[in-house]
Amino acid sequence: MPEPLAPASPPGMLRAAWLIARKDLAIEFRTRTAFFSALVFALLGITIFYFAWDATAVAAVDLAPGVLWVIFTFSGLLGLQRSFGVEQADRAMDALLAAPVERESIYLGKALANLLFVAGVQVVALPAVALFYNVPLGGIVLPLAGLALLAAIGIVAVGTLFSAMAVNTRLAELLLPMLALPFFLPIVMSAAQITARLLAGRPVVEAWPWLRILAAFDIVFVVACTLAFPFTVEE
Amino acid sequence: MIIEPASPPIRRGFDWLLASGYAAVAALYVRAIWFTPMDALQGAAQKILYVHAASAFVALYLAFGFCMAFPSALYLFLKDEKLDRLAESAAEVGLVFTTVVLVTGPIWAKPIWGAWWTWDARLTLTLFLWFIIAGYLLLRGAVEERGMRARYSAVLALLAGLLIPFIHLSVYLFRTMHPMPIVLKPSAPSMSREMLITFAWGFMAFSLLFAGMLRARYRIATMRDLLADREAAR
Repeated sequence: MPEPLAPASPPGMLRAAWLIARKDLAIEFRTRTAFFSALVFALLGITIFYFAWDATAVAAVDLAPGVLWVIFTFSGLLGLQRSFGVEQADRAMDALLAAPVERESIYLGKALANLLFVAGVQVVALPAVALFYNVPLGGIVLPLAGLALLAAIGIVAVGTLFSAMAVNTRLAELLLPMLALPFFLPIVMSAAQITARLLAGRPVVEAWPWLRILAAFDIVFVVACTLAFPFTVEE
Repeated sequence: MIIEPASPPIRRGFDWLLASGYAAVAALYVRAIWFTPMDALQGAAQKILYVHAASAFVALYLAFGFCMAFPSALYLFLKDEKLDRLAESAAEVGLVFTTVVLVTGPIWAKPIWGAWWTWDARLTLTLFLWFIIAGYLLLRGAVEERGMRARYSAVLALLAGLLIPFIHLSVYLFRTMHPMPIVLKPSAPSMSREMLITFAWGFMAFSLLFAGMLRARYRIATMRDLLADREAAR
């Protein structure tokens, strides 16, 4: 007689979040559609931006911070778009909601998968900007990576929540940028300002006020969006 | 047993609140144009202040803060449809007032600052307030189910309430670090008594107009929901 299965105890909040993130990443890894489209979109954007300016009037290195952050934000939206879109087929969202996990875990798991997605795009886009815009990155790679992470956390925190809402509306993917972009203004502004100072070799003190805004934004919106998420999936 | 929902309260009476709002604004125009002294430096252009500043106050504080963001936060806990209708009405009326601010601002700025638009902290904040309210109304229009629409829009309005200070802070920091070539900045000249009275009257008049419009819009929302209930019960 086979051993009766031990009753599985529901995973803790962070463990559940990790399981959900892993599921999303596995789907993404097997299909790779969203990641490659975001990547190609980012590279295309970086290229087109270059020709949108008079290269003799504005030095490419002065354009780089702005291009970098606008492209990161927009390509991030592509990934966020499908975060809850994948749960629509066969009403997978209902199964996720029926699972014995906290609603907050679903949000955190989705956000974590999106964070890795956005970070993956950044890992390719950042050297691409350095290459195409002739930006000397040596020496500031680490601070820049830290900055990219801070910015990505803010983008993903807000974007994941709005993705969960937008997917259930009539406008669907059209709505997400309209809801999310106003929220990205403080992020893009501080990230571009800090990048410009890093590139110019200015002392860190100068970037400090911007860094504080960015960090405060991350804290406020990670907490607020985690708490607000259960309201968006209530029946 | 079929419970027939109450028929929507159709009000045929005269809307005194809205009418007095319009009357107060009309009186403001008369007073501002004929009975308030000209500004010594700016001339007639300065008179736009009485419309501009009062509308900005109504849009940001009364409409967005007090009647949209705050009731939305309450809605998430109380789940009272009245709060959702209030936020919906405030958003629509607030968008009108924000548009007024954004239209009168450049008209005033052109002769005084020499440019239609500058990325000043307050200008940018108002512009983004407009984007946020417009996005809010788009979201409302894109959700069919009433309960879901209320929850979604409440979440958005609540988060927008948190966003406004961040936009203000970052735009302010942006501007102080990059001074703009502004020709002439009105450095709050001490106003004459007549001007101050007109100014205060403007705040009162536009707040009254806002209250009238808000109530009228709120009644439409109530009637629409009651009608929907009746259709559903049939």
